[in-house]
Amino acid sequence: MPTPPDTPTFPVRIWRGGADGAFRRYDVPRRASQTVLDVVTHVQRHVDPSLAYRYACRVGMCGSCAMTVNGRARWTCRTHVDAVAGNGGLEIAPLSHLPIVRDLVVDMEPFFDKWASAKGQFVPTATRYDDFAKVEPGSAARRAIDATIECIGCAVCYASCDVVGWKEDYLGPAALNRAFTLVNDVRDGAGIARVRAIAKDGGCESCHTHQSCTQRCPKHLSPSGSIAALKRVVARAVVKGEL
Amino acid sequence: MEARVRAAPGIDPGQRAEGVRFAAWLFVLQRASAAVLALCVLVHLATIIYAVRHGLSAQAIVTRLHASAAWPAFYAVFVVAVSVHAPIGLRAVVGEWLRLRGPLVDAVLALVAAGLLVGGLYTVLSLGF
Repeated sequence: MPTPPDTPTFPVRIWRGGADGAFRRYDVPRRASQTVLDVVTHVQRHVDPSLAYRYACRVGMCGSCAMTVNGRARWTCRTHVDAVAGNGGLEIAPLSHLPIVRDLVVDMEPFFDKWASAKGQFVPTATRYDDFAKVEPGSAARRAIDATIECIGCAVCYASCDVVGWKEDYLGPAALNRAFTLVNDVRDGAGIARVRAIAKDGGCESCHTHQSCTQRCPKHLSPSGSIAALKRVVARAVVKGEL
Repeated sequence: MEARVRAAPGIDPGQRAEGVRFAAWLFVLQRASAAVLALCVLVHLATIIYAVRHGLSAQAIVTRLHASAAWPAFYAVFVVAVSVHAPIGLRAVVGEWLRLRGPLVDAVLALVAAGLLVGGLYTVLSLGF
C-alpha cells in the first residue's frame, strides 16, 4: 500500500549486523493499529531489503516473531506500536541470551537443545496395540498440565530470564515448564530420569523466582510456578533417596 | 528414525548421579537452613530491641547468657544454620556473577563453612559458659 506523502513518521532504531553490530535509525510512517511487526516489515520491504527478521503466522500462534522491543522481549505481531512507543520511538533488537545470526534473527539452537537436555520429549509407555490411556480430566495432575501445556516455544521467557544470562547451563523457564508438563503426564515413562535431568547443577534449583518469565509470557503461563513445583519434586526425591 | 538429541553447550547430559544428588541436597539444605534462620533472626532482633530498650549493659547481657543453657543452645543452632546457608548462597553468587565454579570453588566454600562454624561456636561457648 503506497504511503500518502503527508503521513507522519516516527523514529525506529533497529539492530543491524551480528553480535558486534549496532542500531540504525529509520523513519517509518505511523499508521493506525500498526504492530511492531508491521514496522519491521515496512523497513524490509520499502527501505532496506537486506534486513533479516523472522515471522510466520502474524497472529500469535507460531511464536517466531519474538524480538526485544524497547528493552523487553515481546511477540512483535501482537504488540501495537501505540502500546510501547508512547510519544517516542521504537528500539527493536534481537532476543537476548541467544546467538545473533544477523540483524533481528537469533539462533534458537541452544534454546531447544536445553529442552532436550531437560528431557522435554514424551517417553511413551504404551504401543499402538494398547487401548487409549484414560486420563481423568479433573485430576490434579491433569489440571497442572492445563496450566503449562500451551507453551509454543517462542523464547520470550528465556530472553527475559536474568539467570539464563548469568549461568550458561541453566535450562531456562521454557524447558523446565515443558519438563513439568511431562512430570504430570501419567502416560509418560521417563520417571526419575527426567527428575535427575532437571535436578542437576543448572536445573530448577538455579531459578531465583524473579518471575520475569511469568510476567512476560505472551501466553500468560507461569513458568516460575512450574519451576517452584519442580523444586518440590526434586526435594522430595532427594530426601527419599530416589535421585 | 530415532530423534536427534544433543546437549546444549556446557551441559553434560550424563551428569553423574553424585553431582545431581549433591546439587539437590545443597538446594534442600539451603531452604531448610533458611527456614531455621527466619525464626532465629526474628528472635535475635527481638533480643536486640529488648536489650536496647531496657538499657542492658554488655555485662548484664553476658550474665543472662550464663543464666540459662537455652541461650547458648539457641545461638549454637543459629551458627549452624548460618554455616550451612551462607556458603551455599555464596556458591550461587560466585558462580553466576564471577563465573567461578568447580571442585576448587566448592573446596574453598567448604572452608568458609568450617570457618563460620568453628568461629561461631567458639564465640557461643566463650560467651555462654
